[in-house]
Amino acid sequence: MTTKVIEGTHAISHAVQRCRAKVIAAYPNNPSSGVVELLAEMCADGQLDARYVAVESEHSAMATCAGAAQTGIRAFTATSSHGLLYMHEMLHWCAGARLPIVLANVNRAVGSPWNIFADQNDSLSQRDTGWIQYYCENNQEVLDTIIQAYKVAERVLMPAMVCLDAFFLSHTSEPVTIPDQQAVDEYLPAFNPEYFLDPEHPHAFGGVLLNDTYMELRARMDQSMRQALTVAADADAQYGRQFGRHYGLIDTYRTEDAKTILVTSGTAAGTARGVVNRYREQGMAVGLARIRLFRPFPAAELRRSLAPAQRVVVFDRNISFGLGGIMASEVRAALCNHAPQPQVYSFVGGLGGRDVTPETLRTAVDYAVTHETPGADMLWLGLKD
Amino acid sequence: MSQILYDVPDEEILPPGHLGCGGCGAALSMRLALKALGRKTILVVPACCSSVIDGPAPFSAAGVPVMHTPFASAAAAASGVRAALDVKRDTDTTVCVWAGDGRTFDIGIQALSAAAERNEDFIYVCCDNEAYMSSGVQRGPAMPSGVWTTTPTARAKQQQRDILSILAAHRIPYAATATVAYPDDLVAKFVRARDTRGTRFLHVLSPCPPEWKIPSERAIEFARLAVAARMFPLVEIIGGRRWRVTVDPPAEPLEKYLEGQGRFRGLVNDAGRIAALRAALDERWADITSGP
Repeated sequence: MTTKVIEGTHAISHAVQRCRAKVIAAYPNNPSSGVVELLAEMCADGQLDARYVAVESEHSAMATCAGAAQTGIRAFTATSSHGLLYMHEMLHWCAGARLPIVLANVNRAVGSPWNIFADQNDSLSQRDTGWIQYYCENNQEVLDTIIQAYKVAERVLMPAMVCLDAFFLSHTSEPVTIPDQQAVDEYLPAFNPEYFLDPEHPHAFGGVLLNDTYMELRARMDQSMRQALTVAADADAQYGRQFGRHYGLIDTYRTEDAKTILVTSGTAAGTARGVVNRYREQGMAVGLARIRLFRPFPAAELRRSLAPAQRVVVFDRNISFGLGGIMASEVRAALCNHAPQPQVYSFVGGLGGRDVTPETLRTAVDYAVTHETPGADMLWLGLKD
Repeated sequence: MSQILYDVPDEEILPPGHLGCGGCGAALSMRLALKALGRKTILVVPACCSSVIDGPAPFSAAGVPVMHTPFASAAAAASGVRAALDVKRDTDTTVCVWAGDGRTFDIGIQALSAAAERNEDFIYVCCDNEAYMSSGVQRGPAMPSGVWTTTPTARAKQQQRDILSILAAHRIPYAATATVAYPDDLVAKFVRARDTRGTRFLHVLSPCPPEWKIPSERAIEFARLAVAARMFPLVEIIGGRRWRVTVDPPAEPLEKYLEGQGRFRGLVNDAGRIAALRAALDERWADITSGP
């Protein structure tokens, strides 16, 4: 294994190269282009034995991946923001077609108006498409999660996206250990689907259904997504045994005795760890539960993580207009009809790359600690008047 | 009589039992096309009549693997299938998109153009029943506008893009028009396409009895008249530059093609528009037959 100081986009490229993806189709997009630029170089240099298809749009990128996966080949693409939205129709199609494609999405704000900085609305607005979704905190995790994602996706036959914050990870260089090819080959065997386009065994894929089977197929998708909870946990544990790094589905930090637990995702969680440590120095029992796997939503594990807390402070770098923070709504849903029922405080901030500082998060926690009830469904952090 | 002599193979790869209407040009086109292409073919079918004609799941009439795809994505999906076959070192299997006219002319043209620009190694069939566009005549270089609207209630599209010229401009190795009324010409062109590498485009006129408002037993007759009235010339274009006519039947008056088709009832009594259409068709025929 080798350790390099590399940016998030290139951590992804190295992971995809180790995973031996064979068809890569992509359209450039800021800030995700770096992923496929390095992959294209690797193909040209012979480091990666793959067909690289330079398509004319992100919709076509996902369609090309779909064609490749339907033919039984491991496929990959990367995008961000509007590119992800442009392939929205195909995201639904690939999930319904049970194609275990892996996509790296750099979380970037969506317009109008234009904004290229960190924001999770792009991928979170795709949460109903049937894609497995991971949210990463640092570049090492990004690399490790791409490898885990293929293993999970190909086991349950649902596609997976690995998300990372724009610029904070995509364009920030961090030390990243790249595992040896042989070790990854042991962890991730070749993609070997039972059904694929094959003139020797002709089948039609995706043909029109009579009304008596569609719902059953949708139920199977849901069942596979729920199965993915166990599969993802096992894949992560096995990764830990083999490579020495594992993260969990909910990544907890100092939560065992925490009365107040911060819940967040992405790079904000990295900031949150320092905030937790400051509170602990001051004698306050604060912890962090980072949502790493968002789809399927690990409700039971989240409830276990939050069990010690009286107060749960959710920080969302996203918003569903008219509802509030998306992860907050899912946290509330996970707690509903269960005991214990902590107070859930929902904060939205950091949109469009607005900086999330330790001060930002302390404002949220201090508010929760000094207000017995939230007082509002959602509160803004860092909003200018 | 086709200038290309070829025998139509006996084996039926698309058997009876599909969901096409009686007289369906699309089903007959696919039947003939598969005879030419053979069983080592993978079809990529975006939303179009053929999506339904192949049969409801769990049945598939085609006899070869079929990947169904959403409307705009067929050329891209086919590129993915091709890339995967290349990875598997499969150089025998033909990838063939089977798309309708809407998919090709409008929503799918971006992906098709991009694939042609890359000279993707697949066959793209536009199975054109002219039903997406209310009046489906290809625009020539100097077509007058307003000629094509048929009835006021039909979706009035002024003129179709000249898809053949657009693809010829991409300098793809092979493009051609064909129709079921000349099966030997159609089969020969599919064989020629099968044996060529790079992007191959086939525009197939498929009579559609319900949309054309004709009795199903006259489907072939009207396809033949389309060629004879020079509404749908049968041509080949090699390398995007050399155009040649492959079937040149004795000319028939345009009125004979228009009359008897319910979809043109708003046009048949309009001598002025018919004259304008005739002039435009003559101009286009002159362009086709005068080229290199």
